[in-house]
Amino acid sequence: MRPVYLIPLALFLFFAGVAGYQLTQPKQVNIPSQMIERELPEFSLEPALEGMPGASRADFIGGKPKLLNIWASWCVPCIAEAPHLERLKQEGVEIIGVAVRDRPEAVEGFLARYGNPYSRIGADDISELMLEIGASGVPETYVIDAEGNIRYQHIGDIRENHVEMLLEKLEEAA
Amino acid sequence: MRVIIAFLALIAAPLASPTLAQSSMPPAPYAYTQLDDPVLEAEATALMETLRCLKCQSQSIADSDAPMAGDMRHQVRSRLLAGESPDQVRDWLTQRYGDYVSYEPTVSATTWPLFAIPVLLLLIVGAVLLRRLGRRSSDSEMGA
Amino acid sequence: MIAELGHAALWLATALAVLQMVAGGLGLRAGNEAIVALARPAAVVQAFLATLSFLLLLYAFAITDLSIKLVATNSHSMKPFIYKLTGTWGNHEGSMLLWVAVLAISGGLLAGLERRLPEKTMSATLSVQGFVALGFYSFLLLSSNPFERLPVPAGEGSGLNPLLQDIGLAIHPPTLYIGYVGLSVAFSLCMGALITRQVTPDFAKVMRPWVLGAWVFLTFGITAGSYWAYYELGWGGWWFWDPVENASLMPWLAATALLHSVSVLAARDALRTWTIMLGVLAFSMSMLGTFLVRSGVITSVHAFAVDPERGSFILALLGLYIGGALVIFAMRAGYISEGKRFSATSREGALVFNNVMLSAILAIVLLGTLYPVFTEAFDVRVSVGPPYFNPAGAIFAIPMFMVMAVGPLLRWKDDKPARIQFETAMLAAIVIAVIALVAFFGSYDILPLLGLAFAAALGVASLLPLRGRKLSRVPTATWGMVMAHFGVAVALFGMASESAFTSERLAAVSPGGQEQVADWTIELQSVDPIAGPNWTAVEARIIATRGDGEGVLLTPQARNFWAPSQATSESALLTTWDGQLYAVIGDQAGVDANGNQRWQLRVWWKPFVTFIWYGGLLIAFGGVLSIVGRLQVDLKRRSVTRRGNERREDAAALAGETAPEPAE
Repeated sequence: MRPVYLIPLALFLFFAGVAGYQLTQPKQVNIPSQMIERELPEFSLEPALEGMPGASRADFIGGKPKLLNIWASWCVPCIAEAPHLERLKQEGVEIIGVAVRDRPEAVEGFLARYGNPYSRIGADDISELMLEIGASGVPETYVIDAEGNIRYQHIGDIRENHVEMLLEKLEEAA
Repeated sequence: MRVIIAFLALIAAPLASPTLAQSSMPPAPYAYTQLDDPVLEAEATALMETLRCLKCQSQSIADSDAPMAGDMRHQVRSRLLAGESPDQVRDWLTQRYGDYVSYEPTVSATTWPLFAIPVLLLLIVGAVLLRRLGRRSSDSEMGA
Repeated sequence: MIAELGHAALWLATALAVLQMVAGGLGLRAGNEAIVALARPAAVVQAFLATLSFLLLLYAFAITDLSIKLVATNSHSMKPFIYKLTGTWGNHEGSMLLWVAVLAISGGLLAGLERRLPEKTMSATLSVQGFVALGFYSFLLLSSNPFERLPVPAGEGSGLNPLLQDIGLAIHPPTLYIGYVGLSVAFSLCMGALITRQVTPDFAKVMRPWVLGAWVFLTFGITAGSYWAYYELGWGGWWFWDPVENASLMPWLAATALLHSVSVLAARDALRTWTIMLGVLAFSMSMLGTFLVRSGVITSVHAFAVDPERGSFILALLGLYIGGALVIFAMRAGYISEGKRFSATSREGALVFNNVMLSAILAIVLLGTLYPVFTEAFDVRVSVGPPYFNPAGAIFAIPMFMVMAVGPLLRWKDDKPARIQFETAMLAAIVIAVIALVAFFGSYDILPLLGLAFAAALGVASLLPLRGRKLSRVPTATWGMVMAHFGVAVALFGMASESAFTSERLAAVSPGGQEQVADWTIELQSVDPIAGPNWTAVEARIIATRGDGEGVLLTPQARNFWAPSQATSESALLTTWDGQLYAVIGDQAGVDANGNQRWQLRVWWKPFVTFIWYGGLLIAFGGVLSIVGRLQVDLKRRSVTRRGNERREDAAALAGETAPEPAE
């Protein structure tokens, strides 16, 4: 047997090993933001509906760490996470919302139906903030500390078991 | 080809027929509008063809109707219009999304084999051809 | 009843595959002739059973039998009839059943018709074929049963993805499957020959029609798929270097190398181990494609409900077949001498060069496709796309095109480069002239520029083998080669032209508005709602006028399907001899100054883009001619042999006439 004839077999075994390992791994479906532990970029968004202030980077500076929640009235998982955001609010967390590609009347209807946990809501009509912060979908939630640094990114809707975890992350960021 | 992709969608999630919730907002100004300067527009198109749509199944933002792809096209065009170079725009995006967002891999700690292996391949190809064809009518045997 | 019958037929076929495998395997030892003789009938009957099983599923889809889970989840009673039928293979289970049916038919044909190989080699081949079939039957029956019943019949089906409700789906996947399966026959033949150490020109002649056939279907399938993506996805792209596309390109590259190598083996008794290796490689690539597409390993962004069981099953099959084949290869290859020798400047030399280049391109595509999968194991996500594949592939494609231009002009075994120096100089001049000419009129990227130049040179070069020959006496197989090589030039020209000269116009237009793209004037007349059988749409009426010519009506649509709910854009294409105008209607885009609704229009003028697919069809047609040519020669030989048994002298004279067999 000449060693050169073993090369294809070796390459194949390497592939099969990696592929087999990959099959056992949970599928990574999210694209994590590379902005964690970096400064929240400068941004300033108009109010998403009348009667509430818009959102900008300055709103995160000072006080306690805050949550930045990216959502939309047309997003179904956002309905699921509404009660958990409400609980976070009751725990004394300030949540600044950003409504993505949304109309004021739709935002108003959503808040009337599922509650309003937000202190401010900015309107991101062209994914400006989403792209600045490295978000790839709706909903996403970020922990921002009082110096305006991004400390943590939660991708997808907040479920019941995430509430404690987010409170801890906020604690750590303080 | 995309038949198979759509296939995949069916194979994997047969029961989920997702009524994709989409917003009804008009697209960003430069999502579907070309720049007036043909040179800048050509640069923008070339760049957009190499940026990955984050919400799609392997499509570039130049090939996608997803709203977010439109918003990314808007960013590309308006940033080029503001005087940034295509590389600056690409860097701006990879800073936020990592190498994943760019279809044009650059040599880095994680991607060097993509460039080293073709070079190695060139050497192997050269060696195989030399061995097989180099010595005229000698007793060569092909090994690979 | 239908479902149970289909299910039972599948089980019976499985049992026959076991019989075929065992009986064929026993053929390697002396004795046991009674059992060994069963291998062929087992394969033939199996073909009927698997076909029956598929036809029964087809029937279940045709009548929308909603008590079958597969039908309920993938069909809908209101769907157009043709798409009910094509929906049979528009899902995992159905497409696997189609796959095994084609596999069984191929096995049956091989067993029923092939009499040229030594009995021992044939037994080994049938045994391997049975083994391969057994794996797919078990996969189907154990993890993807297409005939599973629902406990309670569904009230209505959930429909078929609208992107798949297209004639493209009717032809594209089945042709690819036939190609993949043809490669599995080539694989079985290779293993049979390797096990029995019968890697001979006769073996190559038996294998050649299978390889050619598989290659024709792959070529046609890829061409059709590319055109389907082009008109259906609505952005005018025809190749995306997407992992799933690459999964179909890789077997094609391997099959292309294999068919050239098998020709050398058949004609010259050279390249024995290389041919076997390529046979294993080609089948590996089609298995790998199946694995990538169905395991969910490469799908990244979509939150797919990945079934790890399926992936593991295919990976296990892959390990069994390919791992096993490579082990046998490693053990046996050393005992097979490489065969007859030849010099670098010979037909064989050129073919070896291009085989190596094709393999290198295959390696690049494989690397670019698998690398993201590999890095994900380390939680790093990267994307590899056209900016990587195009230049990296071109490094090997350009030398390949050069050698491809002159290779067919060289003689077998040994030739002097000086003999073809006129042709070489002329082709080089064409390349330089085209580059200079195109670069003079505009600035284009280097790759399209080279593409245009080599397309011109290759187009001329592919016809040169006909020079100085009496056209009526050129063998059919040689016409096949000329046609296929000319097709490569045509496709290359289309690709380069599309990439260099496309003009694009995106605009928000209100009815009555005009836009300009290249020398076309586009006028949007109106946008109206219309309805189809299972969709509603808006349809734009666009008048396209070229220069002072007459206007042509184009009607692109934006469709909304309701089962399942999904939007698609139906592009409108206007084909002229020198290209295509491609128009798409998008969303509403606000109102203009006069309060009229504006619509997003996307219009492209793509010069000579159609040549990409004409080229693909020419290549496939060249393959068909080649098969026909080989069969003609074969039949002639057989009749010669038959008559020879009766009249030996005549036979000797005739055999002398047909002896210089063309091998391209």
